[in-house]
Amino acid sequence: MSLLELKNVSKIYGELKALDNVSIHVDQGEWVAIMGPSGSGKSTMMNIIGCMDKPSLGEVLLDGVDISKESSKHLTDIRRDKIGLIFQQFHMVNYLTAVENVMVSQYYHSMPDEEEALEALGRVGLRERARHLPSQLSGGEQQRVCVARALINHPELILADEPTGNLDEANENIVLDLFAQLHKEGTTLIVVTHDPEVAEAAQRTIVLEHGRVAREIINENFGK
Amino acid sequence: MNAFSLAIKNLIRKPGRTAALTLLTAFLALSVFGGSLVVSSLQRGLHSLESRLGADIIVLPASAQSKVSFEKLLLQGTTGAFYMDASALDAVREVEGVEIAAPQTFLASLKADCCAVKVQVIGMDQETDFVVQPWIAQSYSRSLGDMDVAVGCKVEADVGETLRIYDENCHVVARLAPTGTGLDTAVYCNMDTMNHLLAAAEQKGVSHKITSDSEETISAVYVKVKDGYDIDQVNSKLNGHVRKATAVRTRSMLTQVSDSLAGVSRTVSLLIAAVWVLALIILLIAFAMMAAERRREFAVLRLVGTSRRGLCRLVLTESALCSLAGGLIGIGAAAAVVFPFTTLIETQLGLPYLTPDARTMLLLGALALGVTVLVGALASAWAALRLSRTDPGATLREGA
Repeated sequence: MSLLELKNVSKIYGELKALDNVSIHVDQGEWVAIMGPSGSGKSTMMNIIGCMDKPSLGEVLLDGVDISKESSKHLTDIRRDKIGLIFQQFHMVNYLTAVENVMVSQYYHSMPDEEEALEALGRVGLRERARHLPSQLSGGEQQRVCVARALINHPELILADEPTGNLDEANENIVLDLFAQLHKEGTTLIVVTHDPEVAEAAQRTIVLEHGRVAREIINENFGK
Repeated sequence: MNAFSLAIKNLIRKPGRTAALTLLTAFLALSVFGGSLVVSSLQRGLHSLESRLGADIIVLPASAQSKVSFEKLLLQGTTGAFYMDASALDAVREVEGVEIAAPQTFLASLKADCCAVKVQVIGMDQETDFVVQPWIAQSYSRSLGDMDVAVGCKVEADVGETLRIYDENCHVVARLAPTGTGLDTAVYCNMDTMNHLLAAAEQKGVSHKITSDSEETISAVYVKVKDGYDIDQVNSKLNGHVRKATAVRTRSMLTQVSDSLAGVSRTVSLLIAAVWVLALIILLIAFAMMAAERRREFAVLRLVGTSRRGLCRLVLTESALCSLAGGLIGIGAAAAVVFPFTTLIETQLGLPYLTPDARTMLLLGALALGVTVLVGALASAWAALRLSRTDPGATLREGA
């Protein structure tokens, strides 16, 4: 069953077509990597899927709802309710502790629950660092807090933009293991990456070039 | 956790920024409250002076010095004495259009062994007086008896005490309500007491006689003009009819005070406006800088589901908390500066100055607080609006 479907999506900035008639689909529970060189349209696609931008043409169906026609306010609601976002930079609110950074996501979604937030931090191996400010955490730890924050509201889709781009190998493995665990639990993952090793961890890789889908690669070794 | 606690956490964990914003708003509140307090006190002082003069015309001895002394007595509480023949009172009463003519006689006590304090003593005719007695009636319901005195609020003598003037014991029976004028430093008595004190002063070598053989003297006549008569015309007639005396319209005296007061008020108001504009500009810059510094933070909040309105609410809550704290500090600081130095301000300005009552001060405080919070809100609203319109995805990808 399809969770996400892009139908003939284009994003045009003046003369430039950042996305050019792209059609893809992602099934519920699937782990998909999106690869491509700089300027291939990866970030534009991530913005559109993440409800941060709208396409110029085409339809984007998320859980059956065409988000390309939704208002800005409604897009915020959809992003909050259905999507967990992870970025390459460790974007934390710098005056909040690790657990507060997770709770802030709960607050804007439903209701803050400290115990649940601590459990989410425990899941990424940071329960004992819960009361630390971002400045007291390493880059890898900060990214894991961001993963915990993305998970806390049980989103249907985790959308990660170069999540391991700034991590050392050890932390990269921790994050990929977490993704694998989430995938096993049925969470849909879309990971935008440059790194072939990160892409290989996914079930399927969509390669973008010049704003178009160049090819799709099925990972035959997935799960082995 | 909620928007309020988020705002509190940000303010507490960014103490430098919070302190700077609070200090700025405190300065604004200080100038608005302090300035309003001074202007309001001056206006109240003028109003008080108007009601205490109460007469349409005041007739004084013709000498140039008498008018100056009278104004100094009214505005600065400087002691002084000037006299004219008591027959001037009859001459005043003869003029058409004069409804009431109430004489007053002045005597300055000495800073010497014979006198407990150096004050202005003002004797009034209780049968005709329409100026002092309504004031005395606010704190003393009976007429002043022989050797009874009512003292202005700045005279150091309490009710029941005895005040020694030219070795005569006067009984303090009333302490008068403050007027913010020089009249607060004077002592009031009836004419019999005044005559007694004049005689005692005479024995000490302080003469009230114009010539060696003159008997009765007075210092001023307060005139109330009959309804239907033109005050200026009556004033002219008095100047023509009463010999060796000058009739002065009280309004002209008040106009001078009022003009000075308007000048001071204008300066203070301009100062407040300048501080207001300056604070608004500085706050706008401060919030704009804050907005630039916090772009990533707000982008994160937008991505975890904060609506644009929620973001604006957060910024406004922070600015309201800062402004509120700054406002209260500023008002407290203004009170600490203005109240203990009331006398100094009064002396420096040389104008009637009457501190407003508690209710008015609370209102002024609320007004200053409101203005401060409003300026904070205006400055931050612009920053909040700009922040909420930023594309959060683009901001976070910038790696800023």
